[in-house]
Amino acid sequence: MGVILDVTDLHIEFHDHDLPETVVHDFDLMLEEGEIVGIVGESGSGKSMSALAIAGLLNRHSLKKTGRIMFNGDDLLTCDRATLRSYQGDEISMIFQEPMTSLNPVKRIGWQVEESLFIHHPDIDKKERKRRAIEMLKAVGLNDAENIYYMHPHELSGGMRQRVMIAAAMIGNPKILIADEPTTALDVTVQAQIVELLKKINKERGTSIIFISHDLSLVSQLCERVIVMQKGNIVESGKTSRIFSNPTDTYTKKLIAAIPKIDIGE
Amino acid sequence: MNNSSRIFKKIKKDPYLMAGLIITGIILLMIIVGLFWMPYEPTKMSASEKLQGISFKHIMGTDNMGRDVFSRVMYGSRVTLLIAIGTVTIGALAGTVIGALTGYYGGAFDEVVMRVIDALFAFPSILLALVIVSVFGTGWVQLLMSLGIAFIPSFARIVRGEVLRCRNMDYVASAKLQGVSDVRMIFVHILPNIKGVMASSILIGFNNAVLAEAGLSYLGVGSQPPYASLGKMLSDAQQYMFTTPSYCLCPGVVIVLMVLGFSFLGEGIRRWE
Repeated sequence: MGVILDVTDLHIEFHDHDLPETVVHDFDLMLEEGEIVGIVGESGSGKSMSALAIAGLLNRHSLKKTGRIMFNGDDLLTCDRATLRSYQGDEISMIFQEPMTSLNPVKRIGWQVEESLFIHHPDIDKKERKRRAIEMLKAVGLNDAENIYYMHPHELSGGMRQRVMIAAAMIGNPKILIADEPTTALDVTVQAQIVELLKKINKERGTSIIFISHDLSLVSQLCERVIVMQKGNIVESGKTSRIFSNPTDTYTKKLIAAIPKIDIGE
Repeated sequence: MNNSSRIFKKIKKDPYLMAGLIITGIILLMIIVGLFWMPYEPTKMSASEKLQGISFKHIMGTDNMGRDVFSRVMYGSRVTLLIAIGTVTIGALAGTVIGALTGYYGGAFDEVVMRVIDALFAFPSILLALVIVSVFGTGWVQLLMSLGIAFIPSFARIVRGEVLRCRNMDYVASAKLQGVSDVRMIFVHILPNIKGVMASSILIGFNNAVLAEAGLSYLGVGSQPPYASLGKMLSDAQQYMFTTPSYCLCPGVVIVLMVLGFSFLGEGIRRWE
């Protein structure tokens, strides 16, 4: 299996104040085809920032980015916006933490799921788009897809909306799916379902997934490889099993120790 | 079917919407009827029937030239309404585009454009109208132009504020991630989210336009005799305020009703969501 995404020396600085503030320092990531990589760390560790940079969403003026994000022979940091846009949604997709606000409140679900097809593949006609959208909605576990297609976001629960987000992200069959804390806003049973769904997508479609979370137990269930970040730096990375059984960094040890354990009886 | 009966029920529950619909309905009916039939020719003078009060023959009396006030009100409200529609259309279209672009892009572009808008806002609209009229002459095109320009700033500010609010929403970020272009983002994703605010500000703008038209016509900038507009009639009527009160009261009441109807409609739409 080949390397699909190669991030080297990614460095992100904010220039909002007098002193530049480094939020990501020397971030490296080699993502292989069909792999699930977890990025863990506390709030402010730079994990979301790295992901947003990969997704090409960081383009504020007060921001300085250096390094390379190689995808398909293009450097996503320096390529022109049209190239970047042609990848976004079609080759690289992202889902967010807040399913309640990530869908446009005034548009129908079907319209939102179809949108990236409409943008990237204008040759596909309306009927075919609808067929694919309903198929995709069913694939993410929304069995009532024909009705949901015509609903507005407020008619769905948080878990259903996150499934819709995943459907919208997956409809173009992207090579990479970035999931930025996709389960944090959901309750535990729904969390497990979403993790299962991501696993299924990875297995059936071969999509590489970057899974960002502060929940180590979820990461251990889902990811083959983990990157641990603290204050913008990668403190440790490697196979999930190795990191959990034999962490070398003190911060990683603390994180693992912080996973709540449920002891039933003694 | 089911949907429309639900909407009808909702309208019946809201007194503002109901009152607004009834009042504007009456005004619109009067204007539409006036397109096909008026009791008298609005410009036809009659020396023997000057300054009559309310009677069966002239339900709003006659003016100082013996013209039927009701017919003139019918004609004048049409003119006033059309000018208000034109004004709001110019102001809302230009204001929305300016507000959406400045709100979405921000930065230096936003600063420069909004300072120009502020300057325009600070400039009295009546003065602007007088300048335009003194350069281009009097007439309804000039009136429409000056009022339309004067209405751009308020729309631009409202839309800019709303776009600023929406710009940082997650759904905008996620749409951006799907490769949505800026133009599509603004007009397809963001603007539909602020249509409620826009609808009510358009109706409030309507009110202001009716009043501004009346004010400018009163100053003699708007429509020219012998054609009527509500403001022009008021200014003609003021000398006869005490001798023939019906002459100035009738167009006055119609202006008030128009403004009231649109205000109620605007309030009703604002509370709809």
